[in-house]
Amino acid sequence: MNRSTIAVKVRGLTKRFGDFTAVDMIDLSVKKGEIFGFLGPNGAGKSTTIKMLCGLLLPAGGEGSVGGYDIMKESEEIKKTIGYMSQKFSLYDDLTVGENIEFFSGIYGVSNSRKKKREEWVLEMAGLQDRRRAVTKTLPGGFKQRLALGCAILHEPPIIFLDEPTSGVDPVSRRNFWDLIYGMSRSGTTIFVTTHYMDEAEYCDRLALIYRGRVIAEGTPLEMKQKHMPRDVLEIEAGRPVEAMEVLHRQGIETALFGSLIHATVISAEHAIPTIRKAIEESQIHVFRIERIMPSLEDVFVTLIEAA
Amino acid sequence: MFERIKQMIIKEFIQVFRDRRMIAIVFLTPIMQLLAFGYAVTTDVNNISTAIYDLDKSYESRELVRRLKSSGYFDIRYVAQSPDEIRELLDRGKIATALQIDRGFSSDLKNRRQTEVQILVDGTDSNTATVAMDYANRVIIKYTKDMERQRVEPVRIDLRTRAWYNPDLRSKNYNVPGVIAIVIMLTCLLLTSMAVVREREIGTMEQLMVTPLKPIELMLGKTIPFAIIGFFDVFLVTMVGIFWFDIPIKGPIQLMPLATAIYLFSVLGIGLFISTISRTQQQAMMATFLFYIPAVLLSGFMFPIENMPEIIQYGTYINPLRYFLIIIRGIFLKGNGLDILWPQMGSLFVLGVVVIAISALRFRKRIS
Repeated sequence: MNRSTIAVKVRGLTKRFGDFTAVDMIDLSVKKGEIFGFLGPNGAGKSTTIKMLCGLLLPAGGEGSVGGYDIMKESEEIKKTIGYMSQKFSLYDDLTVGENIEFFSGIYGVSNSRKKKREEWVLEMAGLQDRRRAVTKTLPGGFKQRLALGCAILHEPPIIFLDEPTSGVDPVSRRNFWDLIYGMSRSGTTIFVTTHYMDEAEYCDRLALIYRGRVIAEGTPLEMKQKHMPRDVLEIEAGRPVEAMEVLHRQGIETALFGSLIHATVISAEHAIPTIRKAIEESQIHVFRIERIMPSLEDVFVTLIEAA
Repeated sequence: MFERIKQMIIKEFIQVFRDRRMIAIVFLTPIMQLLAFGYAVTTDVNNISTAIYDLDKSYESRELVRRLKSSGYFDIRYVAQSPDEIRELLDRGKIATALQIDRGFSSDLKNRRQTEVQILVDGTDSNTATVAMDYANRVIIKYTKDMERQRVEPVRIDLRTRAWYNPDLRSKNYNVPGVIAIVIMLTCLLLTSMAVVREREIGTMEQLMVTPLKPIELMLGKTIPFAIIGFFDVFLVTMVGIFWFDIPIKGPIQLMPLATAIYLFSVLGIGLFISTISRTQQQAMMATFLFYIPAVLLSGFMFPIENMPEIIQYGTYINPLRYFLIIIRGIFLKGNGLDILWPQMGSLFVLGVVVIAISALRFRKRIS
């Protein structure tokens, strides 16, 4: 891959806290304009990795670059190239919306000619045009989150790091937030985002799953489902679904109900379909349809982490 | 660079002044403390409660009591009838001093014989006790002298003492400038240490760290606003000292801004240092007081440094208050100028540079 099409690239990135290795030799590569999802359970090393990429933590080992700048030596240059927002929505609660924007545009050195325009953009993006003078702590979570994002990207950085940006925000606000991220990605901005919402993972162009400091799987959401799922998921449409589920349970098959449909996780679809059909029909329940379906990301990740 | 520091300063001021309580804390409390301490922190001894146990009951004994009373230092509250009553009064803390005049006092005087009176003092408060004994002694010496004068004038050395710089020996003159120094120290220490730690607590510090803001800009942005506030506070309480407490200004008052600047420089440095060793605002507050109380007690504010054990005396060299007290008292009371105070000013400046340098190094370390 050409260097100029790569936004973030690291090899062998490692961080230790005392005896504990938080991040263990990870390799990552993020293309420009991509939405890169960095997933993993709590404590897996997501935030530590992001902090190393942003220059907040010095790596114990490894090499890499962000926006073409060396993560070990050029962290000051990196800071001018990136925007960073964490789950804490780090704004000054006792400042007004306008004062926060003013402060961060001064800190990021937004030129006077651009300033006015950028401030208007943030206010509009956050839906706060008429609340410029409101003190930030009085805003609902969703507004705070968008304002925090706006303040973090006042200087129009080509790469944005988001560390669990939607935690503690209601579903509608989450949806709006992802619309914003999509929009920015379409206009060429690289987004590096951590999350543990699987529906959000589906929005990403590419994903990496980190567990205990190591990347255990990587690929597009589709690749993840096709390559990394050792077991098959079947969808069953039957006459009396609740009773049918009980039948499967007695056979020791894992099931879950989705509306009136049953999802069953099996080792091999070819072998399981006839057995399942037979078992249900023997209980005088009509089977309309059994087919193999694409597993959800959640299925994939739970399986991967259990196997790891 | 200047734009970023300017934004930090503006932000810091908005945060301090948005909260009305903070305005009160920053500007009203120093004045209130100065008013309270200006009156209360005094080593003048007046109105010593006294009991008299007069067994002589003569004109001479009554004259001695009258003189004691009219000196203004003794408040004669009890006339005791027995030694037990004196002990009882001392035990209960009703009196600090008792004067016992034995039978034969007047006849001894008349016959020009050596005679005795007894002064009992409550020694638990050693300072007051010493002063009370001294006052009583003076009254008795004067009385003896006057009695002698009525007869033949003996040849004797006449000792006349005069206190320089503070002729009335008003302890206020000595204490109020000191109070100015300690009040400002507390305000500045707390403001600086808390402001940095608060950002660390709410997570904005992390946010600032991913911006192009440099550690030195952050440090300046966190100290300049409090230096300005500290300056204004010094001005405010100095005015109260001059116009309310009538503290004389013998020296070049124009030296005060420079001296204040050097003093605040080192105090803010210590505040910054505290912020680098504290994780939470509570810890910062605790650390501030752990530093502040010894700093005040071991500064010469109340207890002269020369009287301290040698090892502690060396320790006081890292206390900015020690130097500033000499400077501020020198300017106010002695009329000293830079020609005399430069060693203090110089030491204070060096101390400031060292403290700021250490804090800056720790600051960097904490960030990465």
